[in-house]
Amino acid sequence: MHAKRYHQWVVYGFIALLAVPALATLLYSLSRQWGATILPEGLTLDWYIKLLHDTRFLVAFGHSLLIAVGTLLLATVVMVPTTFVVAYYFPTLDRWMNIVILMQFAVPPVVSSVGLLQLYADGPLPMVGTPWVLLGCYFTIALPFLYRALATALQGIGMNDLMDAAHLLGASTFRAFMYVILPNIRKALMAALFLSFSLLLGEFVFANMLVGGRYETLNVFLYSIRATSGHYTSAIVMGYFIFTLCVTWVATRLSR
Amino acid sequence: MTRLRASARPVAVPLLLLLPFLLLLLLFSIAPTVWLLINSFMLDGAWSFGNFVEIVRSPFYRQAFSNTLWVSIASSVLGLAVGLITAASLKRVGGTLRDMVVSFTNMAANLTGVPLAFAFMIVMGTNGAVTLILREMGWLNGFDLYSQSGLILIYTYFQIPLALLLLYPAFDALQDDWQESAALLGASTFAYWRWVGLPVILPAILGTFILLLANALGAYASAYALMTSNYNLVTIRIASLVAGDISLEPNLAAALSLLLIVALVLVAMVNHFLMKKSYHAR
Repeated sequence: MHAKRYHQWVVYGFIALLAVPALATLLYSLSRQWGATILPEGLTLDWYIKLLHDTRFLVAFGHSLLIAVGTLLLATVVMVPTTFVVAYYFPTLDRWMNIVILMQFAVPPVVSSVGLLQLYADGPLPMVGTPWVLLGCYFTIALPFLYRALATALQGIGMNDLMDAAHLLGASTFRAFMYVILPNIRKALMAALFLSFSLLLGEFVFANMLVGGRYETLNVFLYSIRATSGHYTSAIVMGYFIFTLCVTWVATRLSR
Repeated sequence: MTRLRASARPVAVPLLLLLPFLLLLLLFSIAPTVWLLINSFMLDGAWSFGNFVEIVRSPFYRQAFSNTLWVSIASSVLGLAVGLITAASLKRVGGTLRDMVVSFTNMAANLTGVPLAFAFMIVMGTNGAVTLILREMGWLNGFDLYSQSGLILIYTYFQIPLALLLLYPAFDALQDDWQESAALLGASTFAYWRWVGLPVILPAILGTFILLLANALGAYASAYALMTSNYNLVTIRIASLVAGDISLEPNLAAALSLLLIVALVLVAMVNHFLMKKSYHAR
């Protein structure tokens, strides 16, 4: 019994440790004033109401949503056929795909920004400062998650047997893919998309280095107002955090 | 219909389907990396090791590397320690609490980068509530969030959820009756962990440590949000060399980037090696 109590205390302590910054930020965003005292003075929703009336915030949030959704549409349209083609026609390419995935982790965003800034500032593809460059960069962020999830799903459903069966029944490869394979990997695809979505919504490095204020996204906006009221910034942090929680919650529901 | 068997699959159309993927990969991943590779060896339009010589000779850049290493190692060790202690206990509590903690940790893993730094500035900044409480209790000893220890604290915070999520599945490999058997044979809790528990989960611990290390080495957003460019980290230096206000030196940034990539690839290779080893051990 003594040991069991110890383990419970460790787990509760862990929850408290992780929850403190988020809870304090929540409390701060709900308080009228909180300085030089241990507890806040006066609770209020004013900061959140201000948030909903701040057009600059709403525009930045809209930009972030638009880029994240756009990237995921692009990534789905590109990666679903790519993963299928690799798995079905060229299984030996899987090794190369894993190297490509590893590359995305070995080259952090700050580092690839260095090259991207020089290559696309002008020349034939002047993308720096426009949302288009973010679409491409975010594609490389989502790529590892989508590829791994889809490749695992294709393996799990026994793709080769399903395709052979469909062919024997007279279906073309395209038809077999659309009506047999796709419905079976939909769940894995959705889970990977939601995971990538929360990652992309919170992306800061590419957005700040390549585009900045020219197409302001959520985190770039958040960073730029760091000197103003802490209550207001904490309301933004919490609003964004709660939104991400909802998305993560939907993702876990879908992947069940 | 046998002509449609695997061996006779036509490949022209499938190859075309790979084109968009290859194009995006080329534009946004391969091209910038190749640019780095070439330009880090370029100085004033000629091939040269000059950029690397400058980095190695400069105490400023050497400090950036030692700071990055120190902050990364310290935060990885701390994150790993908290993750380990929690993962070991998580196995011993009920299933409901366990599932709850795992989903809670998944959520906490979303609080990173700029929002995480801001949360800490609010809580532990000069007039933050936690700062005030700790100061009242006399526990603060001149802790300053806007310093190396503050940075390590924030890094540790984004490492902890990752450490737990990577570690807790490994603890499933430990069978419940092993500890009881060890105790029956007279082993203390310490002896059990030293001779049975730890050796079984060691590959997972090392693998997690490596991933945390890689995660911290390339991190930029939280450090930048906390201290703009006032703390000397490799990623901060790279960014200010290409996007700063003072002087732009993309080739020097490329050389710094290449060194960071080499460090990350080394880390990834150690990870790969460890994973292989743990696989054979099974």
